[in-house]
Amino acid sequence: MSVLVYTESENGKFKKNASEVASYAYEVAQQMGTTATAVAINNGNTETIGDYGISKVLNITDDKLKTFNAQAYANVLKQAAEKEGAKVIILSSSTDAKYLAPMLTALLKGGYVPNVVAAPDSTSPFKVKRTVFSNKGFAHTEIKSDIKIIGVSNNSFGSVENKTTAQVEEFSPSLSDNLFGTTSVEIDKVVGKATIADADIVVSGGRGLKGPENWGMIEELAEVLGAATACSKPVSDLGWRPHGEHVGQTGKPVATNLYIAIGISGAIQHLAGVSASKVKVVINSDPEAPFFKAADYGVVGDAFEVVPQLIEKLKEFKAQST
Amino acid sequence: MKILVCISNVPDTTSKINFTENNTKFDTNGVQFVINPNDEFGLTRAMWFKEKQGATVHVASVGGPATEPTIRKALAIGADEAIRVNAEPLDGFFVAEQLAAVIKDGAYDLVIAGRESIDYNGGMVPGILATLLGMNFINTCISLEIDGDKATAVREIDGGKETLTTTLPLIIGGQKGLVAESDLKIPNMRGIMMARQKKLNVIEPVEANSNTEDVTFDKPAAKGSIKMVDPDNLDELIDLLHNEAKVI
Repeated sequence: MSVLVYTESENGKFKKNASEVASYAYEVAQQMGTTATAVAINNGNTETIGDYGISKVLNITDDKLKTFNAQAYANVLKQAAEKEGAKVIILSSSTDAKYLAPMLTALLKGGYVPNVVAAPDSTSPFKVKRTVFSNKGFAHTEIKSDIKIIGVSNNSFGSVENKTTAQVEEFSPSLSDNLFGTTSVEIDKVVGKATIADADIVVSGGRGLKGPENWGMIEELAEVLGAATACSKPVSDLGWRPHGEHVGQTGKPVATNLYIAIGISGAIQHLAGVSASKVKVVINSDPEAPFFKAADYGVVGDAFEVVPQLIEKLKEFKAQST
Repeated sequence: MKILVCISNVPDTTSKINFTENNTKFDTNGVQFVINPNDEFGLTRAMWFKEKQGATVHVASVGGPATEPTIRKALAIGADEAIRVNAEPLDGFFVAEQLAAVIKDGAYDLVIAGRESIDYNGGMVPGILATLLGMNFINTCISLEIDGDKATAVREIDGGKETLTTTLPLIIGGQKGLVAESDLKIPNMRGIMMARQKKLNVIEPVEANSNTEDVTFDKPAAKGSIKMVDPDNLDELIDLLHNEAKVI
């Protein structure tokens, strides 16, 4: 009857979002008077998740699962849920989690609510708050089915430490070959750089930067801050930056602690995609840019003057604070 | 090759969102409805398969009679036939059950749906569909090539992309990238005229439950006022971000 949580791994370690979903699962377990069990796949260091209230880990080591495969992973989680008798399953909002969640939902005939931004309103009836209309609204959604699957929005609940000793149990789900109908042939991934999905800070550029040749300062500012880089829709449509950097309603959603928008006017579609970020800074030469109405801090000025200065000052600040 | 493109009827991306009836319903008053943008990229890719590989393209949507203008637009863009399942889309599982019945009936080789609709952002219909039907599934798909019964797809992952191979029958959750924004088709007069002659079959829903229900809605709290910083005093910005917002 425990609450099950899928804590994702990468290169044998928990991904950054694992502590947040574990914390969420612990909170739900507390509300329901039960414990939280994590599922870890090919992870050599699973005890650490006990820091976030997890009292049991189902540890799966299998070469077949070396590369993410949504159908196979969904089946692993289904078998783990059945083994534990879990009725509530917690997932992250990573691209992989959002890929497997609906498959798991169909396998378990459950009710799935993604983009959940807070601890459940109540667990009986089971009701959660989620974003709808691309962050322009919230819905309080009741899950009526026996099995409840929740996708927690990135950076919404946060990581909450609750030192617990996690019992690690080896688990070997059965994996038939017909679960591997898709084959990964190449992964092209930025290494050693923050991604939009897990960065604490995102620095984003818009058409105000006038051309792709001017992105050097965006990248430098991102580097100083340890941030990921992003761009507005027109910038990716013009081919100045890759599609993967486009944030907004039809691009990637952003939910960071700090979002810095440079030369982005703030069309409603862009604001929808980034509004889940906690603090927004806007640098724009046009004082009438709509983004100023949706931001926390603003600088009216020429990006080509403001950004280089900001980089220098941040370098000084970083040098002092270390 | 027989392709089904699943279409969701959603508020235009610029819509102001309001709720009505004691915050229990989305207020459609004055809202323009369009083909869900993620579906539109998929529809345009399907048109490419039609032109270059002789595919037949049908579109399907779950919704009441009011969604027909959106379905007609898909026909005007070039789909051959349309199916409307005459039911209010209760939740993602319900919609997937309806579309699963349509797909079984039509024996489609390829089903193209959007990664998510921009209204309820559930992102679950294609994955549930694939699992209910036992079809292969690739989500957040940004490139798709078909050769016989083999498919090569690229999906977006966090921080990059992954190339996958698979076989038909296949369902994808598509998005921008499947085709370039500039290649999106705008219906021309001839397309609009022809769309009027094309078949739009209305079928009644199969029995299915919804597992979730939106009980109430609310809107984000209004933003507090912005603090403006002089461009000649960026130390203040750093100070605010460090000491007040505590984000650096």
